[in-house]
Amino acid sequence: MLLDAVSRDALPASAPTAFRTAAPPRPAGRGLSVTVNGLHKSFDGNPVIAGLDLFLPAGSFTAIVGRSGCGKSTLLRTILGLERPSAGRVTVEAPSAASPRAVPPKRIMFQEPRLLPWASVLDNVAVGLTGLGTRAERRDRARAALAEVGLADKAGQWPATLSGGQRQRVALARALVSGPGLLALDEPLGALDALTRIGMQDLIERIWRTQGFTALLVTHDVSEAVALADRILVMEDGGVALDLRVDVPRPRRRGEPDLARLEGRILDHLLGAPQAA
Amino acid sequence: MSRALTLPRLRDATVPWLLPAALIVGWQAAVSTGLVSNRFMPAPLDVLRAGYDAARTGELWTNLGVSTLRALAGFAVGGGIGFALGLANGLSRLSETLTDTSVQMVRNVPHLSLIPLVILWFGIGEEAKLFLVALGVFFPIYANTLHGIRSVDPALVEMGRVYGMSRAELFRRVVLPGALPSIFVGLRYALGIMWLTLIVAETISASSGLGYMAMQAREFMLVDVVVLAILIYAALGKLADTLTRALERSCLSWNPAYRSA
Repeated sequence: MLLDAVSRDALPASAPTAFRTAAPPRPAGRGLSVTVNGLHKSFDGNPVIAGLDLFLPAGSFTAIVGRSGCGKSTLLRTILGLERPSAGRVTVEAPSAASPRAVPPKRIMFQEPRLLPWASVLDNVAVGLTGLGTRAERRDRARAALAEVGLADKAGQWPATLSGGQRQRVALARALVSGPGLLALDEPLGALDALTRIGMQDLIERIWRTQGFTALLVTHDVSEAVALADRILVMEDGGVALDLRVDVPRPRRRGEPDLARLEGRILDHLLGAPQAA
Repeated sequence: MSRALTLPRLRDATVPWLLPAALIVGWQAAVSTGLVSNRFMPAPLDVLRAGYDAARTGELWTNLGVSTLRALAGFAVGGGIGFALGLANGLSRLSETLTDTSVQMVRNVPHLSLIPLVILWFGIGEEAKLFLVALGVFFPIYANTLHGIRSVDPALVEMGRVYGMSRAELFRRVVLPGALPSIFVGLRYALGIMWLTLIVAETISASSGLGYMAMQAREFMLVDVVVLAILIYAALGKLADTLTRALERSCLSWNPAYRSA
């Protein structure tokens, strides 16, 4: 909380408005809002999430960090509907959608690309449009999504011929091709090398800024959270231990003092936590 | 440049056949010089002549056709049932609980040991051969289909669900392609068993077919025809294997392990 104040002070008075206009250009258009009320989740009697409340506004970019086993991935999977809450409610809704048919889909990007090895790169992206439109329409939209992640020339190849970073970009194109309202990222860059990871972070940020979906990133890399998110939740013992706003204008330069200070604070908290070894 | 490319390629194409060619030449020489009696082992040229005669009278083609038809019919029946049950047990826990124990018990009975029983049931008619071949190919197809479906990456299945695939789509686009490499292993194994079973069945009880042709020839001491029948079986087995390989290469071209070098 103290940190929140620090980073606000470091900005000029006009920064909040400038930030709001610079970030998602159509914030109310596509993004879904997420409301979590009194969420409990336990596996075989072991509580993983204990009484968690959370609101993510439409179009926001939130990162969740925490030690392994703190429940951050479970929270993300529960919000996506991949896990059923033991108690409590998760509501994902479109603030401006008139009919339920118009609600944009929720998508998740996993730590592994999870591409179908027997389908071409283009067909893998088209999986993101399952049940939508004709085959030709799906392929056209998939081609456009591939171009957006810079892999237009790989459309006809097998996934096995791509590098790890390229496969993850195909997975990103697949997640984005349907124009989702919520994109959940479950440590999607954890397996990539440092330089590829930074390239991917920039790509995700750029696409988020142009498309205006709500982004929820689970990561163990604090510098990644600080670089991408405008809000960081530090999870501990199945609850939110710290809830920080990152009011640093975009585009952010890596190594900026404000970001470094924020990262240091979060790391101090994580390392100084009572259950630290 | 082109010379440097062709010569090793020519060498690669010929080297595997050097040993068989040398064997045949040595064999011909051994029989021609009287080193080996042609009552035990006919010379290659005699086998060729026997093949030519059998082909001219049409006897060879009739028997070949009968055997092939039996093999394919038995394969279709046994393989079809094995594939269907493998799919059912791979996809449904209930189906597996109900049938797998029984299948595993029957599997441990060597199917050729049923020949006396099968002759009692069906005589030496077509049903007997069809039954034995079907039973033989059933198990490898069943076991490998089941294993293939079980070993499909659950992460991919979850991905398919998240992207809203229906059960049918999930099966067609994720589960079946994922199980295919294992199904092909079963297919190749089953083809081997198919020929083996048919040869044994035709040799013991038949009134037509390649095995019958060989047994008839033995009655009349026509060693060249016996060897001819054996060589045809070898060629048919090789043909089946080559066809499966080609099918594998076209169906599994996404898999680096199956891509032709």
